[in-house]
Order: sequence, then structure tokens, then C-alpha cells
Amino acid sequence: MNYTHYSRFLIGSCIALILLPWLFQAMGSSYLISTATRLVIFAIAAVSLDLLIGYTGLVSFGHAAFLGVGAYTVGILSFHAYEETTLMGFSGTLSGLIAIPLAIVLSALVALIIGSLSLRTKGVYFIMITLSFGQMLFFLFVSLEKYGGDDGMMMFDGRNTLPGLNLNDRIEFYYFCLAWFILFFWFCTRLVRSKFGRTLAAIRQNEDRLSSIGISDYWSKLQIFVIAGVGAGLAGALSANHTEFVSPDITHWTRSGDLMIVVILGGMGTLIGPVLGTFLFLLLEEFLPLILHSLGFDLLSEHWRFVFGPILILIVLYAKFGLYGLIFGRMR
Amino acid sequence: MTQLYLEQLLNGIQLGMFLFLVSAGLTLVFGFMNVINLAHGSLFMIGAYAMALISGMTGSFLLALILSLPVVALSAWVIEVVIISRLYTRDHLDQVLATFALILFINEGTTILFGRTPLFLDVPPLLSGSVSLFGVVSYPLYRITIIGAGLAVALILWIIIAKTRLGMQIRAGTTNRETVEQLGVNITRLNTMIFVAGAMFAGFAGALAGPLTSVEVGMGENLLILCFVCIVIGGIGSIRGALLGAITIGVVDTMGRAFVPDILVKFLNPAAASGISAGLSSMLIYLLMIVVLVVRPTGLFPVARGS
Repeated sequence: MNYTHYSRFLIGSCIALILLPWLFQAMGSSYLISTATRLVIFAIAAVSLDLLIGYTGLVSFGHAAFLGVGAYTVGILSFHAYEETTLMGFSGTLSGLIAIPLAIVLSALVALIIGSLSLRTKGVYFIMITLSFGQMLFFLFVSLEKYGGDDGMMMFDGRNTLPGLNLNDRIEFYYFCLAWFILFFWFCTRLVRSKFGRTLAAIRQNEDRLSSIGISDYWSKLQIFVIAGVGAGLAGALSANHTEFVSPDITHWTRSGDLMIVVILGGMGTLIGPVLGTFLFLLLEEFLPLILHSLGFDLLSEHWRFVFGPILILIVLYAKFGLYGLIFGRMR
Repeated sequence: MTQLYLEQLLNGIQLGMFLFLVSAGLTLVFGFMNVINLAHGSLFMIGAYAMALISGMTGSFLLALILSLPVVALSAWVIEVVIISRLYTRDHLDQVLATFALILFINEGTTILFGRTPLFLDVPPLLSGSVSLFGVVSYPLYRITIIGAGLAVALILWIIIAKTRLGMQIRAGTTNRETVEQLGVNITRLNTMIFVAGAMFAGFAGALAGPLTSVEVGMGENLLILCFVCIVIGGIGSIRGALLGAITIGVVDTMGRAFVPDILVKFLNPAAASGISAGLSSMLIYLLMIVVLVVRPTGLFPVARGS
């Protein structure tokens, strides 16, 4: 791989993301800022899942659970702030200084519990047990009648508040999410290049060999599971703020599937890959219906997944290296 | 009270039979070809749709049941030859994704063809009504028929796998595929055969499920996740494990939904109890699976695997 090429691409995309709001305003289509915000939030979750799937070889099929934990933390706090009621003696709040850190801590805690139990299993059993935990949280959220049950809840007071920043302004909110994304991406880049990152690569390649030289693979896997959970929890908290709405849908198992698709689409085991994958996925979701419509396939434009499914199958079968492979050439 | 328990127990066993019919194919395909097929639930759905449409056209339950099986078999054959056969040598991640994409395709295709409105089927006149069991409980005949059909399939499967040459090849292939291939068994043909057979069990279950639930897009996936729980509890690749897992899950799920609220009311105030019990009873089977996996990470009846 060509490193100059790579870092140029990275810096270029960074600048592009920063300039994006101006571009959209110049184009007169500032509604696209909301799509860009979704892209940045979803990308955080995708990158965090890639730490598990791509870097450690842990196929987690329940990653959306952490999105739910983050989103419900923000949502429930906002709910009690609006109703001016308390939850276990604590009053609700809209303050982002409390809600977002709390979302991160709670998702770390949930990831610690799920991880410590799930990581006792391997291979297909791991896929299934993470799927089960995801389902459990889904049904837990569905059963929270107080917070809207199946239908979820609106955040009537709007987004979280922060000193010096108005998150209800969509451009300021975009930059807020972008800052989190760049921070998380930078952290992950450092992480995968560190000694710990090498340990993860060794787990992916051969677990037994690693434990025979005295490194506990269980402990390392648990650490990365918690880190990935925090990433998704953060994305969930931002996503709740973005839509000002929280519902069990965010933890539905197809959400976990979507996240996996995004990682593969972009190219797993590369941090930039999942970001490209998210970009392509949202692009397809927004524009595939329009493209199909303009080609005269009106029926299919409503049912774009009918076209998306086969495309995805072809990608999985024949283009495993994803978009990353197309842009940078095969790395591994 | 006994009456209520017995009735719920039978309901649980009947759900278990559905789960078994779908799990049997899933566990065979996984055990023999090492493929996770998320789209297995779609075959259940195809069976249900075929049944609903054919019985709507002909008016005959039995004819529709007989005719829906070839429809499922044909769909399964196409799916196996076009997509699944390319996944045998791939890792689980690719299989999960490709079959997930297949679900998107099949569900969306079904929506295009038949719309989002659920179809409904009536219980055939011959099987409607109830019978009295043990003199205590009167139970719908149709549900008893399903339990009987499930047990019959379990018996047939057991005979095929334990007593016939084909079964011997399947058992050997589950343990070590390469060796069986070296010994001159046509693995490609066997793969297709097992996949289509497994699909037909699922389709059969789908056809029978018509009168009990609404026939709609997405009906397969909810069941599929339950079936994964069954085969994971039972140990992947084991038919015996699938049967045991399916009945356990069926009974635990049904009993949980019926009795968890009553039990919780004894400890909590009614409002809190009703809130928690809905969630708790849906989570019960996942809790069970997690406990099983934590204690025995490869399920209750793990299949020995060579290589």
C-alpha cells in the first residue's frame, strides 16, 4: 500500500467533510447537511464494529444493542427533564455534559457484561450469542411502556444543551458530530498501530499461539469489545440527538446486519473502509430509489432493497476487499 | 389450574414442533456444509405463501399442502445452486452477509408480488373442532395434528439418519467432509439434496402455520432467530439436539408468556409487574440460551468434528 496516497486521501476527506456545509449551502441544498450528519454518526458505529470484525476477527451480530444503550440514555434523561419527574431519585437532564458521558459509561458497562459472557464462546456460537443479547435488549426496550414501548419516544425539548454550542442549529450539530468522529477515528488509528493493536491482529490470525506465549486472549478481546461498545454507544447518543427520537428500532437485529454490511462494503480491517462503506450505503439508500425511478423502474424505486440485495451478494462473493480495495489496491 | 397448565404445555410443544421442523434443516445444513443460512426463514415464508395462494385458488387444504412442497423445493434448489453452493468454502461472515442480502431480496420481492397486507387461512373443516384429552382439557384438533406431524417428521429423520446408507454419508460428512469426498461420494449432489430436504421441512412448517398465524412478509425471520437459539442450545449439527432445543424453547417461551406475569405480581405492585413481565417473558429464552452457552460453550449435544 502506498502510505502517501493513503494519508493524502485521509487529509483530503477530512477537509472535504469540514467544508461540506459550505458546499451544500452554495448548492442551495442545505437539507443534505442532515444526511451528512447521519453519515458521520453512522460511521462512528461502523468503525467501532470494524475493530471487532476486521481487526480482531470477532463477528459480533449484536452491535446495534450499544446504539440502543446510548440512544436510550439520552432519550430517558430528556424524557424525565421534560416531565420533570425523577428516575430512581435522579432528575432528568438535557445537559450534554451529563447525558453523553453517561451514555458512554453505560454502554461500556453493558459491553463489559455482554462481552465477558459472550467471549467464552467462539465462532458461530459467538455470532449467535451476540445476536441473542441484541434481541434481549430489543425486547427490553420494547417492554419499557413508560418510554413509549414499541413506538419509542420523542425528545420534546430538542437536543442536548452544551455551554457555548447550540446543537439545535444543524450546522453546529454537524460539526459537533464531526468532531466526535475525527476524535474516535484518530483514537482507533492510534489503537490499531499500538502494541495492543498487534495483539488483536495476532488473535485474528491464531489465538492458540498467542495464549501459548503468555498473552491472555480473553482479556484483550474483552478490552476491544468494550472499546467497540463505547464507540457504538456514542453513535447511539448522537443519533438520538440527531433525530430527537428514540425507539427500539435502533436495536433491531437488521440494524446490526446493516452495520456489518457497511463494514464489508467498505473493506474490513481498514479504518477508512467502514467510513467509505457508510458513505456508499447512505448514498444508495438516498439515491438508488431516485436512480431507479429515473430509469423508469417505478415499481423498484419503492422496493430498492430488491435491487440492493443482489448487488450486496455480488460484492460478498466477488469483491471482498470492498471500496477500500478499489481505491487503494489490495492491502492484505 | 391443571387444565391451564396442560393447555399451555401443549401449546408450547406445538410451537416446539414448528421450531423443530425449521431447525432440522438449519442444523443439517450447518452441520454438514458448515453454512449459516439466515435465509432459511424465507423458505418457511415461501411455504406459507404457496399454501395460502394455492388453497385460495383450489379451495382444498390437502391439495395445497401437497402442491406447496414442490414450490418450496424448487425455490430451495435455485437458491442452493445459484448462491449457497458458492458459500461452502467461505467464512461465516460472508455466509451471514450473503444470506442476509438474500432475505432483503426475497422479502422485498414478496412485497412486490403480494403486497404488505397479510393473508389469512382457515383451519380445514376436517381438522377444526377440539378433542378432549385425558378427560381434563379440550384441545384444538388442528394443533394436535401439528404435534403429530412434527413427531412423524422427527421419526422419519431419525430412521433416515440412523438406519440408511444416505444417513451414514450425512453423519460421516458432518464429522469429516473431505474424507467422505475422497471415498467417492458425490458431495455436490448430496449438498443440494440436504439443502432441498431441509428447506422442505421448513416449507412444510410454513404451510401448516398458515391457519394459526397471519401469512406476511417477515414471518420467517422472527421464527428463524428462535430456531438459531434452539440449535445453539442443542448443539449445532445434531438433530437430537435440535428436537430437544426446539421443545425446550417452545415450552419455556409459551409458559413464560403465560405465567411470568402471575408470578411477578406476587412480588411487585401490579403496574410495575405488568411493565416488566412483557419484557422478561420475551427475554426468557435468550437468557436460557446465554446460560447454556456460558456453562457449555458448544451446546448440550455437540457434534464431534474432524479436521
